[in-house]
Amino acid sequence: MTAQTIAVPPPARASGAGALQRLSTWLYRHPRLALAILLAPPLAWLGIVYLGSLLALLAQSFFYLDGFTGLIVREFTLRTYAELFTGSNLDIILRTTVMATVVTLACALIGFPIAYYMARYAGPRLKPLMYLGVMLPLWSSYLVRVYSWKLILAKEGIVTWIFAKLHLLWLLDAILSIPVIGGPSLSTAYLGTFLVFVYIWLPYMILPIEAAIERVPRSVIEASADLGAPPRSTFRHVVLPLAIPGVVAGSIFTFSLTLGDYIIPGIIGSSRPFIGQAVYSHQGTAGNIPLAAALSVVPIVIIAIYLRIAKRLGAFDAL
Amino acid sequence: MTVVTKRWALSLAVAAFALAAQGADAEALKKVGKGEGQVDIVAWPGYIERGETDKAFDWVTDFEAKTGCKVNVKTANTSDEMVALMNEGGFDLVTASGDASLRLIAGKRVQEVNTDLVPSWKTVDERLQSAPWHTVDGKHYGVPYQWGSNVLMYNTKIFSEAPKSWDVVFKEMTLPDGKSNKGRVQAFDGPIYIADAALYLKKHRPELKIEDPYSLDEEQYKAALELLREQRKIVGRYWHDAFVQIDDFTNEGVVASSSWPFQVNILKSKDAPVGSTIPEEGATGWADTTMMHVDAPHPNCAYMWLEHSINPKLQGDLAAWFGSVPAVLSACKGNQLLTDEGCEVNGLGNFERISFWRTPVADCGGGRQCVPYYRWVSDYIAVLGGR
Repeated sequence: MTAQTIAVPPPARASGAGALQRLSTWLYRHPRLALAILLAPPLAWLGIVYLGSLLALLAQSFFYLDGFTGLIVREFTLRTYAELFTGSNLDIILRTTVMATVVTLACALIGFPIAYYMARYAGPRLKPLMYLGVMLPLWSSYLVRVYSWKLILAKEGIVTWIFAKLHLLWLLDAILSIPVIGGPSLSTAYLGTFLVFVYIWLPYMILPIEAAIERVPRSVIEASADLGAPPRSTFRHVVLPLAIPGVVAGSIFTFSLTLGDYIIPGIIGSSRPFIGQAVYSHQGTAGNIPLAAALSVVPIVIIAIYLRIAKRLGAFDAL
Repeated sequence: MTVVTKRWALSLAVAAFALAAQGADAEALKKVGKGEGQVDIVAWPGYIERGETDKAFDWVTDFEAKTGCKVNVKTANTSDEMVALMNEGGFDLVTASGDASLRLIAGKRVQEVNTDLVPSWKTVDERLQSAPWHTVDGKHYGVPYQWGSNVLMYNTKIFSEAPKSWDVVFKEMTLPDGKSNKGRVQAFDGPIYIADAALYLKKHRPELKIEDPYSLDEEQYKAALELLREQRKIVGRYWHDAFVQIDDFTNEGVVASSSWPFQVNILKSKDAPVGSTIPEEGATGWADTTMMHVDAPHPNCAYMWLEHSINPKLQGDLAAWFGSVPAVLSACKGNQLLTDEGCEVNGLGNFERISFWRTPVADCGGGRQCVPYYRWVSDYIAVLGGR
């Protein structure tokens, strides 16, 4: 609207500006209406497109698939949810949750020292470089990175080659022979899935931690030293508690992203399905939309619980 | 918006009409008239090429020049997508696979094809002319396009001669190189693979009386799952992406797996030591049919394409491109891209040994109760998960 007014040639300008001014005054006198006009489009988006589809999904999960006809019966029932508690579905849920938890812990363990160094020690030249290093992988396609990891971890890939050159193949074989996490090669083992998950989501952990540590005032640390605390105590009792919200914020990203991903476990790993993959197979020709919907409610519930805990820990102060 | 609504209203009206006048199908065209200037086709990726991916593979440009019908292709990646697009309407043709074609006929989304208007119809492979996946009550609902089979791909360095049986991928055993096949074989990561297991049992467990691997009763189905659970122990990774499998054969030490001629051709073109065979049990496969929408907006151009789609040149080029078998046998001779061996390599001689893909349904005829597809899905997920 403004653009139009500006484009109007000079003679018409006076009346145009007058109308605009009147409108502006009128809106000024009706602040609530102005607010409503401003907020209507985003609220409509949130309400209809976002929450609407979420509710549609939720509604589907209360229907069930008639085993005899293979048709969806649109009646309220909880039997689809009961199906979630069968062995193989529980396996899938457990498998995905454990993977998300372990990936999150590993990301925090690796990410914290990097973030700490970036925030406290990196000089004005090194710091932008480190930022770049953390962000750079995000500039290339997710799929390209996953497929290249498949090559890196392959039986005839570079990791195996390095182990062979170092005469450490026995070590790799020993690791791969561990039940559950092992497999014929790194790229067909849970271990490989785990490594790739950690690699892909690590930046989302480092950046919030870095932001949190950066916000710890230097004076607080100096005060701690002045009061006679050795560096170890300062770290434990001052820096760490103040940085924890950052860790929790980062963990929300890594945890929820791992929980929902269905591409990485499809390309790397032993083909044991994760939640996302199961959802993907149940919709489609199978037409078991209710079960697919019920399965996709599971991560929502897990994340909701997780967010509640995170909120208690003050994670949202660091976002 | 309004166009869509109108289209919806129209298709609803048509559906209502079709229901009201059961049996009275939409009348087939009597004579091909002047083209309408375009034809809209729903097709598998790679099925309708206009030389954009590879200049040598182009079977659209000459059609457009000859008939004046511009070809618009909408690619679909799954049969469900195809059915959904056809339900939505606005398209003339679809290259439907066996699991979609019967659904489209039952849903009255496609019309009977008047074979008199497709002069080359008589050149179509006789075995396909009245195939049950597009012929219902003696009426043809489409023109066969291409077919192909799944194959057993193997590493020629390990196997000096082709494996005779699928048991190399089903049972733990010692391969000719003296090592176990554990972790060195693959299986397809899709529930339809249960049919492959059933096909194997059809031969090796005759007491189960499996006739059709796509209609399994409880007992037969249980036996197939049993076999697949055994297989899970020797399979390192299941494949679903053709290129991931190609990589697994190159870098992952995989030596045998069910596969498509597509991967075999690519690996051979890279001089990888692979071969393919259809073992004694036979194999599963697919057959696609070009079908016409019940209210196709451009019926004349659609009929012109149907005729064009079975010309030997197109059929041969497509078979070379896709690793499939032409629906017209004369395409097998003298095609430069396919070469004279191409049809045999892609499986021409194996027609009788192939169980063509169909969606398993609960009511499998003859009063039998079969396990429907949605259970195949949940049970195959369980098998993959190690249960």
